[in-house]
Amino acid sequence: MTRPQNRGNSQPRWLFPFVVTVIFCLSVLPLGRLAATGIMSAFRGGASELLSDPGLWRSVYDTLSTSFFGMIAAVLLGGGFALLLTLFDIRGKALLGFLFMLPTMIPPQVTALSWIGMTGPSSALLKAIGLAPPLGSPQPLYSIGGIALLYGVQNAALVYLSLRAGLLALPRDAVEAARLSGASSFQVLKDVILPLSLPGFAAGAAIAFVSCVGNFGIPAILGIPAGIYTLPTLIYSKFAAFGPRTFADISVLSGLIAILSVIGLMVEARVLRGRDYRVIGLSGQVAVFRLGAWRWLAELLLWLTIFLILAMPLIALVASSLAPAYGVPLSPATVTIKAYEEILVRQAATRIAFTNSLSLSLATAFGLLVVTVLTGYFLVRSKSRFVGVISALAEIPYALPGIVLAVAFILLFAAPIPVIGISIYGTIWIILIAYFSSFFAVSLKPVVSAFRQLDPSLEEAARLSGAGFTRRLADILVPLVAPAAGASVILVFLIACNELTVSALLWSAGTQTLGVLIYNLDDSGSFNIAAALSVLVVIMVIAMMVALELMAKRLPKGVVPWRS
Amino acid sequence: MAKLILNRLSKTFDLGGRAAVNDVSLTVREGGFLALLGPSGCGKTTVLRMIAGFEQPSDGSILLGERVLADASEMVGPEHRNMAMVFQSYALWPHMSVAENVGYPLKVRGISGEKRERKVREALAAVHLETHADRRPADLSGGQRQRVALARCLVTEPDVVLLDEPLANLDRHLRQEMEETFREFHARSGATMIYVTHDQAEAMALATDVAVMSEGKLLQVATPEEIYARPEGRLVGGLVGQGAILSLPSPIGDKRLLDWPVVQGILGNRQEGPRTDILVRPQDVEIAAEGAAVTVLSVLFEGERYALRLALPDGQTLRAFSRHPVKVGDRLAIVIRSAWRL
Repeated sequence: MTRPQNRGNSQPRWLFPFVVTVIFCLSVLPLGRLAATGIMSAFRGGASELLSDPGLWRSVYDTLSTSFFGMIAAVLLGGGFALLLTLFDIRGKALLGFLFMLPTMIPPQVTALSWIGMTGPSSALLKAIGLAPPLGSPQPLYSIGGIALLYGVQNAALVYLSLRAGLLALPRDAVEAARLSGASSFQVLKDVILPLSLPGFAAGAAIAFVSCVGNFGIPAILGIPAGIYTLPTLIYSKFAAFGPRTFADISVLSGLIAILSVIGLMVEARVLRGRDYRVIGLSGQVAVFRLGAWRWLAELLLWLTIFLILAMPLIALVASSLAPAYGVPLSPATVTIKAYEEILVRQAATRIAFTNSLSLSLATAFGLLVVTVLTGYFLVRSKSRFVGVISALAEIPYALPGIVLAVAFILLFAAPIPVIGISIYGTIWIILIAYFSSFFAVSLKPVVSAFRQLDPSLEEAARLSGAGFTRRLADILVPLVAPAAGASVILVFLIACNELTVSALLWSAGTQTLGVLIYNLDDSGSFNIAAALSVLVVIMVIAMMVALELMAKRLPKGVVPWRS
Repeated sequence: MAKLILNRLSKTFDLGGRAAVNDVSLTVREGGFLALLGPSGCGKTTVLRMIAGFEQPSDGSILLGERVLADASEMVGPEHRNMAMVFQSYALWPHMSVAENVGYPLKVRGISGEKRERKVREALAAVHLETHADRRPADLSGGQRQRVALARCLVTEPDVVLLDEPLANLDRHLRQEMEETFREFHARSGATMIYVTHDQAEAMALATDVAVMSEGKLLQVATPEEIYARPEGRLVGGLVGQGAILSLPSPIGDKRLLDWPVVQGILGNRQEGPRTDILVRPQDVEIAAEGAAVTVLSVLFEGERYALRLALPDGQTLRAFSRHPVKVGDRLAIVIRSAWRL
């Protein structure tokens, strides 16, 4: 007979140490290293020089002001869309919702490029229709306002999702009870729905703020030419001008970003904590208000917004990519696909970047899946006291801005790894490990929700059938969570492929990613080639989002982030 | 095969919390069909899950014959117990066909080819589902799914088959059909079966032995006939059958089965003194020309008869049947042919 085991639960002995090791390597170690360096340099007094630099406080001020105004813009855009699409009888809701999500998934540097292509004296689009401002007039987006506006466009969907989730969770009977008490539609909206949806607004605003603080692509393209440095771009510029104090400085700077982010996340957690009363009563279907004669006006407004924040910039991007050079007017005579030829056929750099980004993203998506299936299983099935701590630690790297994580990995791997003595700094491996850490939570979430939905008796039946852990995993668990695992792979691939912030600090010759390449092309003045590459990236993003959208029906709730 | 012994079994989930299962000792004879009966939350499912190996006992032990399956320090995993279970939710794997579901325990045991196919075919034939072998569980009705789950138990000839409220999700018509299937299954397989339910009619109809549990404790184990006729204590008396429990002055002597003269004597006894719980089944209450005076509290027409709720002069209520319609508030006389002292 088999040796008796000393455990009643279904997990093999090695699972807990495995999960702890993974979390330690991907979360505790890099962030701990960052905190240690930051605290050490603060104590040694090295930080005082940095902290007395007026440039730093200028940059803190610019970060806060752009993020604050960006948050306001995101709340106005996202809140308006969420209220109109969720509460009123607008036609074409699904399509509008999907299109509204797109700007979030498009990489920020691409958003910035497309908006530049839409405004300013050199816009190929404006020139083509003869509306371009005279040469020499300033590019209006190279300003605090411009950065904030694009932050708003980029992060509006975060507010939209948060508020929409809150609105969908409103008990319908609360609305019906108010109606029966004699309240008019407007009164119900004002007295019941809006007060109850305030936490959603506040939480969405907080996440949008955190996301603005950590954004790198937009201020890098719009801010640096105008001498505006936010904290992430300040880190980037300090790192580019490498000096003896660089490590100490960037660890303090990323500590500042981390603190700002943690404050934002705490606000979010706090406002959402009070939201648990929501599940009482019938929820999931909000009473829909009729707009009557106003409906066409609301629909016009929504489509006009989509046109302005999505269609126009993308048209401008395509126009820029077809123009022979930056600033040359686009006309049937000048239209050319030279830029596409350049990136697809001629330039070795683009091929390398494509190969790097695709292989990094594939390796991250599939490699993480192996880890997250085991971790997800542990988190859902384990009765251990540490489950809460472990899932929180798994979330932190993704919640923190990518630039913070990148700095943490630089500090961790700047010296050769002890014991084995190999240095991965400057190789593609450091980017891969940073991706693993950064996107762990993205990969984990769909898998965890799939395991949560799985009836535990399905696994128990397999155990009684005599199947051991590996066998159950292969025959029962993995096939049953496969749809969610597929979604997890696509999501991680989508985000990793377009990522700029982490790789901007970690790349070196031969390891540049697509995000870095787009930024470098723009930086070196090859605007039309950068635009052409961006067009390809946008096409890829849309294709993958459509794929996820088509899968969504067969996935557990909460797997596809923009469906609720 | 051998008998299954639960020896002073206890389970506490939170350290220092209330015991979900408290000192349960029980022997299930080989080939027996034991029903674990009790209200929800009484610990019966925890007992079942400990037998299956999903939970480890906090104290006591579980033995199959001479082999110790589990005690507080060690346990054999469910994978190695040669048991099978029918779950309340059926627990069929949605990504496998019916035949694959049934054949999975064989596949895990390394049995393949012609032998596996034959065994799966036999098991499906036993539950009358031969023609559904290639379907997916999603295409089956509730009763059919339950039969597939049963076939999956049948296929490996397990030592013990556990059934966790298997009929809870089925409608009344299907329940009767499935009860028949379970009886057939028990007769055919000869396996020891343990059946958890909160439905006393189900337990009585199926089992060779009934164990009644409440608040983690085992109250009584006996055959269905015995437990109906001679329940021990107020809880079992209230749980089994539809009797009313009256609190009356203790009769003289230690006889427990009381006839009408004794009952009449204690009903008329007005003196203060020790009191006893007396179980009165409705079929033993007869409406007569003379007897104890009662008032009709409610009347429910059940088709073949009227079910009455009657009040004694001191306000205690009991149940009775009547062939003839009576009205609420009517005053009747009753004779209690037999009663059981709990």
